[in-house]
Amino acid sequence: MRFLRPHTWAEALGAKAEFPDALPLMGGTDVMVDVNFGRARPNALLDLTAIPELRTWAPDGDALRVGAGVTYARLVSELADRLPALAAASRTVGSPQIRNRGTAGGNLGSASPAGDAHPPLLAGGAEVELESVRGARRVAVEEFFAGPKRSVLEPDELIAGFRARPATGPQYFAKVGTRNAMVIAVCSFALALRPGEGVGTGIGSAGPTPLRAYAAEEFLAGELADRWEKRDALPGPVIGEFAELVAGAARPIDDVRGTADYRAHVLRVLARRTLTWAWADHCEGGAGCA
Amino acid sequence: MRVELTVNGEPQVADDVWEGESLLYVLRERLGLPGAKNACEQGECGSCTVYLDGTVVCACLVAAGQAEGAEVVTVEGLADGDALDPVQRAFLDAGAVQCGFCTPGLVVAVHDLLARTPDPAEADVREALAGNLCRCTGYEHILAAVRLAAERGGEGRS
Ligand SMILES: Cc1cc2nc3c(=O)[nH]c(=O)nc-3n(C[C@H](O)[C@H](O)[C@H](O)COP(=O)(O)OP(=O)(O)OC[C@H]3O[C@@H](n4cnc5c(N)ncnc54)[C@H](O)[C@@H]3O)c2cc1C
Ligand code: FES
Ligand code: FES
Repeated sequence: MRFLRPHTWAEALGAKAEFPDALPLMGGTDVMVDVNFGRARPNALLDLTAIPELRTWAPDGDALRVGAGVTYARLVSELADRLPALAAASRTVGSPQIRNRGTAGGNLGSASPAGDAHPPLLAGGAEVELESVRGARRVAVEEFFAGPKRSVLEPDELIAGFRARPATGPQYFAKVGTRNAMVIAVCSFALALRPGEGVGTGIGSAGPTPLRAYAAEEFLAGELADRWEKRDALPGPVIGEFAELVAGAARPIDDVRGTADYRAHVLRVLARRTLTWAWADHCEGGAGCA
Repeated sequence: MRVELTVNGEPQVADDVWEGESLLYVLRERLGLPGAKNACEQGECGSCTVYLDGTVVCACLVAAGQAEGAEVVTVEGLADGDALDPVQRAFLDAGAVQCGFCTPGLVVAVHDLLARTPDPAEADVREALAGNLCRCTGYEHILAAVRLAAERGGEGRS
């Protein structure tokens, strides 16, 4: 096995082109578990932690550009105001030790349907930045996932980071698991309201990939179109229909963490809860909102 | 491969390190520092908790090569010689140690918590220790140790 440790992004791309079967290594919270248990024996590990560019984030036009190597701990401490759902999801990841090492870039790299960064990135309309010596490209998050633990990343490509617009309205993330810490989601859901514009959603752990609930987004955007200004209470049936459409967008399976039926139930509950919280936030200060 | 790093303030060199080896293995098996414990090797138990460049991490999930040039502090480095760090003292005084396997990781995690939050609320303590498992104490005495260390304040804490 080789251990490659580039110190610049250009060197990293060069190394990935030369050794396409090298396994990228960031926080190691997925990779090292596999190495320790003999499940991964790559020809080379490509350590990306010595590359300063991956550790930075900055505004870029009307979006934020976040490097693949920004840890969950920093997403919480530095970006909670601009990316609130992602920060909320980051708070639920593992433990302090895991959040000090683990990154959203690594979460994307693993492409697990249960990855907690994914629902907020989907709801926030984020794009993933992929790069190789051949050039750079941007892929909408919903197009990044190709199947369970598979993505559209080419063998010579690395994840540079992601881009997302800072929140313009309330955002929520909710996750159901067996304990408050250290759990893979049985099911998770993120909601982003963009007042005057529309709605974003993201479903985790209830399909072969993380999913958006398109029909639910469209329905809710229609219902909210003339309510953004009025800020009046949302009728129960609207919330109920939104919850049904979210559950209907999922493609859950039975597994050790939960049954498909339970997951659909959880999604209804989480969709209703997050919408209720988010709409209450939007109405705060406005008249008549329950 | 060779890995050079600073551990508890001392420059260290480890040779013949396997490329897939963890920092935990280097500390325990190559540098003779058995304080950080090896229990799960999957980030779940926290018994391998050390400081890496000032933040607490699971040493079992850090590849040795990623620690090249880094500053590592293990439980052995919290106090000099026979002296005890106030967190260690509080664990003894509160009876928070039974078999002791989880203790080094917990001591480092609590040391980090109190350095950042000298007077933590109960919820902060539980959150900070969510990644450290103990099979013996039932946690109540550990929580008492954290309160004791916090009450005694920062005197002598490094
Ligand atoms: C105890 C424990 C608890 C956990 N809890 C959670 C949880 O609650 N929620 C959750 O979602 N996950 C959890 N995880 C899984 C893991 O922490 C996350 O998936 C994390 O985001 C991985 O990030 P990392 O930086 O550690 O990635 P790594 O392990 O370094 O890499 C993960 C994958 O991404 C690839 N990769 C990394 N960076 C790049 C890049 N820049 N370009 C291309 N490929 C790249 C790697 O090759 C690998 O395939 C947990 C893990 C542990 C050990
Ligand atoms: S041995 Fe590292 S967390 Fe358990
Ligand atoms: S004292 Fe035995 S595991 Fe904690």
